[in-house]
Order: sequence, then structure tokens, then C-alpha cells
Amino acid sequence: MSTTTTHHAPIAGAGIDPRGPQAAAAITAVVLVVVLLLAPSALGVALLAAQAVVFAVGSTRGVQHTPYSWLFRRLIRPRLAPPAELEDPAPPRFAQTVGLVFAVIGLVGFGSGVDLLGQVATAFALVAALLNAVFRFCLGCEMYLLLKRATAR
Amino acid sequence: MSTGAWIAVAAVAVALAVGTYRLLTDGRFRGTRSVVEVRGASATSLETTSPDDQSVWTDVQAAMPDAVAGEQATLVQFSSAFCAPCRATRRVLTEVADLVPGVTHVEVDAEHHLELVRRLGVLRTPTTLVLDGAGNEVTRATGAPRKEQVLAALGRA
Repeated sequence: MSTTTTHHAPIAGAGIDPRGPQAAAAITAVVLVVVLLLAPSALGVALLAAQAVVFAVGSTRGVQHTPYSWLFRRLIRPRLAPPAELEDPAPPRFAQTVGLVFAVIGLVGFGSGVDLLGQVATAFALVAALLNAVFRFCLGCEMYLLLKRATAR
Repeated sequence: MSTGAWIAVAAVAVALAVGTYRLLTDGRFRGTRSVVEVRGASATSLETTSPDDQSVWTDVQAAMPDAVAGEQATLVQFSSAFCAPCRATRRVLTEVADLVPGVTHVEVDAEHHLELVRRLGVLRTPTTLVLDGAGNEVTRATGAPRKEQVLAALGRA
């Protein structure tokens, strides 16, 4: 880290506006509700596949690079005051990975004709997205420690 | 309604219930998970050991030799990499440690001290333990606490 002072960037590294992942989670929740209403029709499954691609982008490049975050920056952020503080992009990125896992399980379910598996997996992703959108609470992030506790030495 | 619609309604209900519960309980200092019970068994066979040798602080220090205990109280925060509220918690706790004499703040990376995490029964990050001057746990909170909540909890140490 350099010691150069800048007028923006209150935290070291590339912080992101915490309302970005929140808005992305809200859009994700709407998409997943529509998936549940339409699936197992081809349109519903295609929508879930599209959501999986969005999760994959968020998981590999960070949620700030998803089309949902782009919409947030273009449409919502200009109408908001600057954020009180920026956030580390790592937790929301991990949450996208968790979303991707559920979406893939859902696709496997619908693809193999086990519709209930597809619906339940989609529902898990929906619960996580809603908790993030409404309460700014990251379910996947908490599962991380529990998973570590249970599996690691 | 279709099965999918019912599942969607159930998912929304679960999310709202869990979220509301978290909103109400996060950051609140409540009791303390009774580590004493677990120790009780071994303590009887080690009667010569002084109480301080079995304190929570002993465990913390074993995992983190550089950590400094406060004379009055120590705020032990468990954090992990994928934890957005851990930052806010760190800010609040360092502020309190600076403000109140004899109080220190120790941050433990939960992921790298899993044995300590299991021993102290930590399930979520952030979890904040308040230890008294003798290093025993007084109370703990999961989720990010507010400054007033930490100050009130210190009153019990």
C-alpha cells in the first residue's frame, strides 16, 4: 500500500459500495421467485441457467462485475448519497459462489426430472438472497465458518 | 397455487423470520456458553491448578501468544475473511478499548484457530467474548454489537 493520500477511497484497496451487493441480491431474489413460478417449464429453467451465469461472474470476478451491479451503478446509485463507508468485496463474492452452488444443484434437479430438488435448491438460494437484500445478512459467509469447523482438522 | 409458488412463499417466510430474529438478537450480550461444565470434569482431577490456569484467556493466549490481556477486561473478537460485520465490530471494540482504561481488544482469525473456536463454542463471526480481569468469560454476543451494548457488558466484568 502506498502512503499517498487520496480524496476518495476511505479504505485501503478496492472497497465497494455495500448497497451494490444488496441491490444485486434484490434483483436475484425477484429472478428466483419468477424461476419458482415458471419452473419446470423450459422458460423457468432457462432463467435459472441465466441466474447461474450471473452467479458465476460474481463468484469469479466479484459481485461488482455482474450485470445487476451495473444496473445499480447506472440507475440507482446516482440517486443515492455517497455510501457512509465502503465494504470489502470478498464476503459478497463468496456469497455469489454459494448462490452458484445452489443454482447448479437446481439445474441438475430440473435437468434430471427431479423437479422438487430443483425447486428446493432454488428456494435455498432465494432465502439467502432475501436475507442479503432485506437484512444485509450474508448467509453463505456464516456457513463458511461452520463448514470449516466441521471439516478442517 | 403450484408447488413452486408454495415453495416461494415458504422461502420468503423463512427469510423474514430468520432475518427478524437476527435483527433482534444480533450484538446483544447474553449469558455465556458454559465452558465451565466441560472443564468441570477435568478440573476435579487437577485440584492443584489455580482457577486462572483454566480461564478462557489461557486458551486464547495458547492460540495467540502475542495477545495482551486487559487488567479490567478483555474483548475477544472472532472474525473471518468472509464477514462484512466483522469490520464494524472491530471498529466499535477498538474504540471502546481506547476509551476505557484497562480494557484491551484481541481479534482472533477464527479460520486459523479452529481448535479454539470449537473449544469456546463459537459458531458465527463476529462473536465477541467479554473476559474479566481474571480471564474468565463474563458474557458473549454474536453479530455486530453497538458501542453502548459493549459498554454495558463491560459493567458486568
